[in-house]
Amino acid sequence: MTALFEITLAHYLTVATILFTLGVFGIFLNRKNVIIILMSIELMLLAVNINLVAFSAHLGDLAGQVFTMFVLTVAAAEAAIGLAILVVYFRNRGSIAVEDINRLKG
Amino acid sequence: MILAGLAFYGFAFIAIASGVMVISARNPVHSVLFLILAFFNAAGLFVLMGAEFIAFILVIVYVGAVAVLFLFVVMMLDINFVEMRQGFLQYLPIGGLIGTVLLIELIFIVASWAVAPEAGSLLAAKAPALAEAHNTEALGRLLYTKYIYLFQGAGMILLLAMVGAIVLTLRARPGVKRQRIGAQVGLARDEVVEVKDVPTGTGI
Repeated sequence: MTALFEITLAHYLTVATILFTLGVFGIFLNRKNVIIILMSIELMLLAVNINLVAFSAHLGDLAGQVFTMFVLTVAAAEAAIGLAILVVYFRNRGSIAVEDINRLKG
Repeated sequence: MILAGLAFYGFAFIAIASGVMVISARNPVHSVLFLILAFFNAAGLFVLMGAEFIAFILVIVYVGAVAVLFLFVVMMLDINFVEMRQGFLQYLPIGGLIGTVLLIELIFIVASWAVAPEAGSLLAAKAPALAEAHNTEALGRLLYTKYIYLFQGAGMILLLAMVGAIVLTLRARPGVKRQRIGAQVGLARDEVVEVKDVPTGTGI
């Protein structure tokens, strides 16, 4: 019983694994809605962050947490740019369905 | 120990459950709200791991900025979200297949990995003892010395993202009346003021 409450690195890795898979699953499931796809990417980045911090805490190495901050930075920048592109696209086309994004095909 | 275990299971369960709701909620606004819940619980997990600063940053950056940005965009765009749900089940088999394969692969990795024996001597930045410096202080010391160039680079990335987002979404709309101070100040007296010599007893 006490072994169940003994939280090890593997527990955190499992949570991160499940969250990452949910993110991948969400991308496939919501093929039409770009906003949900962006949110799924955020979920995957969150899973990566959990992994980094878990290993950082396990090994006693702060570099993992520093790296987490950079991942956070890039995630924030990506969300801002992605949503800006989305807004501009919606102004031009009046839709955000992924299937409609095919103008570059020529 | 048991309290920490219970807290872990609580945070982990709610994080995963809200992750499920993010990808399956009918209303994107609900998706964003569940994303916020997932972030809060992940922050709880970080606190349990002893990474308080990352936990706070996660709440401030993700919940305070990114999720609010998502909420703003979801509410601003006038989209028929019911229509977007069409084909939800169509992609379920392929998505389920890929998700399951990925999950099984990752479970294999999680189940079979081991820390290398020399890992303890290969640390890039050893965390100081808690009595010496707490998490935030240790991170700050590291970030402003060893990783200063990367830190500045991260700042540049954020600046770039800000400029990019503004340039992308800024548009000049025709027919909007604006104050043009240059034109205002640059006016000559003769263009604006006209002196009329009015004879007495008559109008203009």
